[in-house]
Amino acid sequence: MSATPEARPKTLWRRLGGWFEDRSHIYEGLLPIVQHPVPKGVNWWYVFGSATLAAFILQVITGVALAMIYVPAPSGAYQSLQFITSSAPLGSLLRGMHFFGASAMVIMITAHVLRVFLMGSYKFPREFNWLTGAFLLVLTAAMAFTGQLLRWDQDAYWGVVVMAEQAGKTPVIGQLVAQLVVAGSTVGGATLTRFFATHVFLLPALIFGFVLVHLWLVVFDGISEPPRPGVPVDPATYKQRYHEILEKDGEPFFPDAAWRDAVFAVLMFAVIMVLAAIVGAPQLGKPADPTIVNADPRPDWYFLWYFAVLSLIPPVLENFVILSVPVLLGVLVIMVPFVSNRGERHPSRRPVAVVLVVGMLLGLTVLTIEGYQAPWSPEIQAVQDVAIPPQIEQRATGDAAQGLQLFRIRGCITCHALGGAGGRKGPDLTTVGSRLTRDQIIVRILNGGPNMPAFGGNISDQELQQLVAFMETLR
Amino acid sequence: MPKDFFRLHGLGEPRSRRRFLAQVSFGLGGVMGLMLGVPLIGYLFGPLIKRSPQQWIDLGPVSDFALGQTKLVSFTDPSSVPWAGQTSQTSVWVRQTAPNAFDVFAVNCTHLGCPVNWLDGARLFECPCHGGIYYSDGTVAAGPPPRSLFKHETRIVDGRLQAFTIPLPTSQLSEYVGNA
Ligand code: FES
Repeated sequence: MSATPEARPKTLWRRLGGWFEDRSHIYEGLLPIVQHPVPKGVNWWYVFGSATLAAFILQVITGVALAMIYVPAPSGAYQSLQFITSSAPLGSLLRGMHFFGASAMVIMITAHVLRVFLMGSYKFPREFNWLTGAFLLVLTAAMAFTGQLLRWDQDAYWGVVVMAEQAGKTPVIGQLVAQLVVAGSTVGGATLTRFFATHVFLLPALIFGFVLVHLWLVVFDGISEPPRPGVPVDPATYKQRYHEILEKDGEPFFPDAAWRDAVFAVLMFAVIMVLAAIVGAPQLGKPADPTIVNADPRPDWYFLWYFAVLSLIPPVLENFVILSVPVLLGVLVIMVPFVSNRGERHPSRRPVAVVLVVGMLLGLTVLTIEGYQAPWSPEIQAVQDVAIPPQIEQRATGDAAQGLQLFRIRGCITCHALGGAGGRKGPDLTTVGSRLTRDQIIVRILNGGPNMPAFGGNISDQELQQLVAFMETLR
Repeated sequence: MPKDFFRLHGLGEPRSRRRFLAQVSFGLGGVMGLMLGVPLIGYLFGPLIKRSPQQWIDLGPVSDFALGQTKLVSFTDPSSVPWAGQTSQTSVWVRQTAPNAFDVFAVNCTHLGCPVNWLDGARLFECPCHGGIYYSDGTVAAGPPPRSLFKHETRIVDGRLQAFTIPLPTSQLSEYVGNA
């Protein structure tokens, strides 16, 4: 205390402040909360949670702004987004901020979960914070998914169809769940309004609620102290020890720890703004139109890994993976703080936890890259517009030249690449002539293979001769 | 602490006035919840209780379809809402297999519902999502689809081809949609 209130002159300003506090009790109520003591040594690893919240607030604000123009009906959604992007003042920037803000929120909440897991912060007595956090993770994913749908382009439209089909696989209530989600038996006007209301009212309200409980618990049980090897959590003594840590050299959360959160959040905002300004809002795909089957639906980047999973799992495991794995994962996540609510917290003493996290990150990265490249999808467009490399074209003369045309027209090119052009679903055929004999090529074309259609009965003798003649030039 | 709280305020005493009032308050809260909840749930589940019936759709005169050709036909989904815009449209692949015999395939891949494309040169349906491929008769040629393309029921009335609509999700359909 440097000076008692009496020692300072009572300016009008100060008297107003005093009156305000006397009537509102804002400081009296909030100060103990924002100044709740935190252990010394809380460091930069602790910023991800507040960064997630900051990103969420950014999403709410930019989202409200977008909703002032956005029309949540199929007959206007796409056009209103186009208007926001190209005509509304700063509309492209705001849409960009909302898009990159969503990415930021997904990244930050993931980083926060990993930090909490690796530092064992979920252990006694913070089990419930792990659980509320798990719900917030699910809600964030739901926000990301429903938000992507509101774009109402082809990706969005077919994304919902794919989701409804998966929900439809649930035993017994599958149809009910799917039709509840799409609000009927087709994806259409009722679907969009339902997703809109979910995205802008329901999920944000739930997030606000869970965040409140989450923060409430942080204030009550305190921020976990940075882990030290050889200092395990023992529920019998932990609260006593934590109390002593705070007594000894605890610091008020604001401003001693909060300044880092502020610095990090500002940096995050800056990155979002710069990306929104330079890269801009994501391109809208073609408008949602069930009569244009020539679509190439892809999810936003944070769901590419799951897109890859759906493509790569063997069909026999598919229903199990779609239905049981999410349930199993949910149960596992809920069990984490109860199965291991005691013991070492430092990652160096918890090799299994570290291996789990590294393995998961590696898996997600690989799957995301796969999902991005999607080698399993045929290049349907290639039939029309592929550019065959000239050196291949030059070598194909006579029958082989006819064969080259067939290679394109008959769709071979949608799955097989030639010198880098074409699909990658099947083997690259740039040098097939030196790998397979003439007879082997014929057998393969006529009989197909485990992942290739058989063309027997679907191709004339002459066409076959020409196609084979062409493939023999591929060396 | 909650225990003390209950004792302090007489809430633990059996048959006390205070305990009674507490119970009444909670009960009334529940009543309010029901008053809000019942209509709300009915409203949300409405589309399911009041199923829009599937019905016959006109796909055009039989003469529109050449023998052996596969053609995309779009029509307005009778169950769509008035503001559905372009999404009130639905498509099917129509193929005349023999004079006056038609295969009408749902465009939805039997894997997870993406729209399959007919490649006329290849005489194959290809799915853009996870690489499902079907022969011209709808049977699976490659990729993850578990079964052949769904076929709509068809009939010919006054020289016009008609098909019976199929609801989403298709994963529940195997029982009543023709197996190719
Ligand atoms: S939806 Fe067609 S392959 Fe998955």
